[in-house]
Amino acid sequence: MKYFLLALLALLAGTPFYGLGNYPLHLVIMCLLWGYVYTSWSIMGRLGLVSFGHGAFLGIGAYSVVMLWNHFGVSPWIGAIAGVVVSVIVAVIIGLPCFRFKIVGHYFALVTLALSEVTRLIIVALRDQTGGSLGATPNTALAQGNAWSLGALQFSEKIVWFYAILAVWLAGLWVWAKVDRGMTRLALEAISQEEEAAASIGINVTRSKLFVTLISAVMTSIGGVLYAQYQLYINPETVSGISISLQMVFGVIAGGMYVMLGPTVGAVFTLLLAEGLRLALGDSFKQFPALDLAIYGLMLVLFIIHMPKGILGTAAQIWQRRAAAKAPARG
Amino acid sequence: MEIFDIFLLEAVLNGILLGGLLALLSLGLNLIFGVIDVVWICYAEMIMIGMYAVYALHVQQHWPLLAAMAAGIAIVALLGALMHQFVIRPVLSAEPINQLLVTGGVLFFLQAAATLAFGIEFKNLGVRLPPVVIGEMSFSFPRIIAFAMALAGVAATWLLLTRTYIGTAIRAISQDRGIMPLMGVNPGRVFVVTSALGGSLAGLSACLLVLQYDIHPAIGLSFGPITFLICVLGGLGNMLGGLVAAFIFAQFISVGGFFFAIEWGYVIAFVFFIAVMFWRPQGILGGK
Repeated sequence: MKYFLLALLALLAGTPFYGLGNYPLHLVIMCLLWGYVYTSWSIMGRLGLVSFGHGAFLGIGAYSVVMLWNHFGVSPWIGAIAGVVVSVIVAVIIGLPCFRFKIVGHYFALVTLALSEVTRLIIVALRDQTGGSLGATPNTALAQGNAWSLGALQFSEKIVWFYAILAVWLAGLWVWAKVDRGMTRLALEAISQEEEAAASIGINVTRSKLFVTLISAVMTSIGGVLYAQYQLYINPETVSGISISLQMVFGVIAGGMYVMLGPTVGAVFTLLLAEGLRLALGDSFKQFPALDLAIYGLMLVLFIIHMPKGILGTAAQIWQRRAAAKAPARG
Repeated sequence: MEIFDIFLLEAVLNGILLGGLLALLSLGLNLIFGVIDVVWICYAEMIMIGMYAVYALHVQQHWPLLAAMAAGIAIVALLGALMHQFVIRPVLSAEPINQLLVTGGVLFFLQAAATLAFGIEFKNLGVRLPPVVIGEMSFSFPRIIAFAMALAGVAATWLLLTRTYIGTAIRAISQDRGIMPLMGVNPGRVFVVTSALGGSLAGLSACLLVLQYDIHPAIGLSFGPITFLICVLGGLGNMLGGLVAAFIFAQFISVGGFFFAIEWGYVIAFVFFIAVMFWRPQGILGGK
């Protein structure tokens, strides 16, 4: 299994050299970027902290870099740090009282939903600075035929972005695995089963929850920074608010919340569903503008009812069951 | 100063009118939560379907407006019953958060279905009612109708719950889901009736919203969050709390929007919501 994954990774790393053209490469980059963001969400989501507010962190990351760069000429590297710091502050302001006062389950989901809407509304309300609903574009640093600007974190070549985002995605998976093996995961699993009992055996509930929330928030806001710098266009609806927050939650559920690559599979699945339909239906796809979304919604309902572990989770389960069935025959 | 005050009064009165509408919006969701213990995250999308139903019947099929509205209410009520039967029932015994999430799938589906059927262009009924002018203040006429209808809807729901057999059964189930089957109440039937009732309230909201706003597939996202927050603020399942919360929220939006931009009104309302959650997580009128 390990070698298979390494081979897959090697295959992935060579993507820019297969001569696929710009658009397929862009799709792969988007899969990795959203895979990373979904992974960030799942770090807390799979431990019983279902947040509908991650649009807030994505938006804070994206708007921090672009606003600091456009209005003050601050390098996106510093802007990214600023975005992360703001995200940490917001996560503590919301997380600490939530965890202390035991706001869990759908109450937690709805409080965080309010957070993501507040972020979106503030961005829209500050339209003189942010451009409001029209969105914002970072001032370009690529004049005079420059393809690179490391200081401004702008690259016109997709290959640079591919490797940058591949590295960030791998780092995200590494953090996921690290949390997965840590004590905090065990503590949080106990908490999500029975919070009072967990507290009574000496688990610090608030601290454990805050720990994964901060990791998740920081990673998500970095995702927002990357999104802004790669797309070079941000919009309050696409980086914050209820719709992107729901998209994250359901992408992860579709892929599988409890396995490392589940969120990435969810991202690939959602992006390729639209592309697949476009290919399959050809020109007639344009007549059905939201067919992919309709199929997606229907599949989500079926997934949650019939396979709550998601695509990859269910596949892993079947694979393990087969392996278990084979093992006695071999032994 | 004189003029300032009259406009502030106008904002406050408009806030009260908006409060009635928000109260109706949250009523159906609250009813469903109180009885079935499930949050329909797609509730606003069901209202959107109702708005499209009224539009399709009135503008495309040339039905009289009132007939189209009655049919719209019936359609959303049916949708509510179907929603319970096919989506909620299979996950009734699953974890609460799964029940919330499954309705999110329905949200995407309904949005997409509306886009497929009607496209993404803004649609409206083309009914324009003149504003009501009192002194120097002016009020939107549809909003006054909405306010009156919302109060009527709230009163009718209250009468239904307190004066009829099925209403008594609904309240009994909401108090103790475990014991009522032993008393001979069929919870499955009560759940379906409640869902249909919640759906019909969504349909009524749709009829009132369609008079004031343009319809588009994503319109649910614009008033969905506020509907949930009102229910939570009032104490999920507590209908009286929902009413109070609706009027509080409406004042924040209306008066906040009067002093600053309208988005700031919403920001203040949402921040207020978050603050109250930390102070009283069970809602302003919820019991421990």
